[in-house]
Amino acid sequence: MQITILYIGRDPEITIVMNRLLNARPEWKGICVCTDEEAMSILKAQHVDLVLLGNGINPNCEKALRENVNVLKPKIKIIQHYGGGSGLLYGEIMTALG
Amino acid sequence: MSQFILHKENTRGHANHGWLNAHHSFSFANYYNPERMHFGVLRVLNDDLIDGGMGFGSHPHDNMEIITIPLAGAIAHKDSMGNSAVIKSGEIQVMSAGTGVSHSEFNALADEQLNLLQIWLFPNKKNVTPRYDQQALNVEAMHNNFQQILSPSADDAGVWIQQDAWFSLGKFDAGFETEYKIKKAGNGVYAFVISGEVTIDGQTLSKRDGLGIWDTDSISFKANTADAEVLLMDIPMELN
Repeated sequence: MQITILYIGRDPEITIVMNRLLNARPEWKGICVCTDEEAMSILKAQHVDLVLLGNGINPNCEKALRENVNVLKPKIKIIQHYGGGSGLLYGEIMTALG
Repeated sequence: MSQFILHKENTRGHANHGWLNAHHSFSFANYYNPERMHFGVLRVLNDDLIDGGMGFGSHPHDNMEIITIPLAGAIAHKDSMGNSAVIKSGEIQVMSAGTGVSHSEFNALADEQLNLLQIWLFPNKKNVTPRYDQQALNVEAMHNNFQQILSPSADDAGVWIQQDAWFSLGKFDAGFETEYKIKKAGNGVYAFVISGEVTIDGQTLSKRDGLGIWDTDSISFKANTADAEVLLMDIPMELN
């Protein structure tokens, strides 16, 4: 079963890399955005299994994002993604999905 | 009462890509072991062998403290902060990825294999301004001594990082014994044997074995062989 992962990060270059990495595996569908508005719009429009918080999101935005996602889709897991190419990504997602 | 976890060399993750022969002490890339996700803030300990002229093209990092220690050979590093450098055996490189940085790492030599340790620690503060540094190690001071090579302070010995961590490196004569005192209450120590055989807190360790120890304020150390070289990583056990 394919899982849908929404990545939110502020760096456009990293976002492009994340899009490539997440969509390289057939079991994952990755959607990668740089703004919280885009993220909320996607969450309202379609099913998402997991949200990855990437780089550059300040604490206030992160708090608001977590609250908004929790109100809209309380079952969605939100985890911090620590960048580094594909190094940590698989482990983070596997851990989050149990 | 201290606690420990032993990671024998042959239990590490392994990936041989031809030009890159990598051993992972913790889950990394396609190696996933839920029992090996991290030790405190230590998330990655990779032991990489890289063929001459080969390496990793430009790739991004963020919010991670990345420490590279070449054990043999030299690394050619370039990054998006404008740094371009070669780091040789006997030196240490550190990068605080913070808000985001891209870098490439290649074996600087065409006809010699590069062996490096790459260590990633979770930072104690997210989204800091990216920073790069490299330093020559005081190799003489490492003889029968755990010489500090990294700390949280720019004013202390070695390079500094965005984490309450201290790294020490030592090369020991057979039979040499000492005690290492943990720098900060609550920290643990991850010992990685680069070469030789040692005994730490009663555990006998061989080349490339790792031992994590916590709930203690000091560890006992004895070198069993003449070529014993050990890296101690004194790190917070709680993720920030």
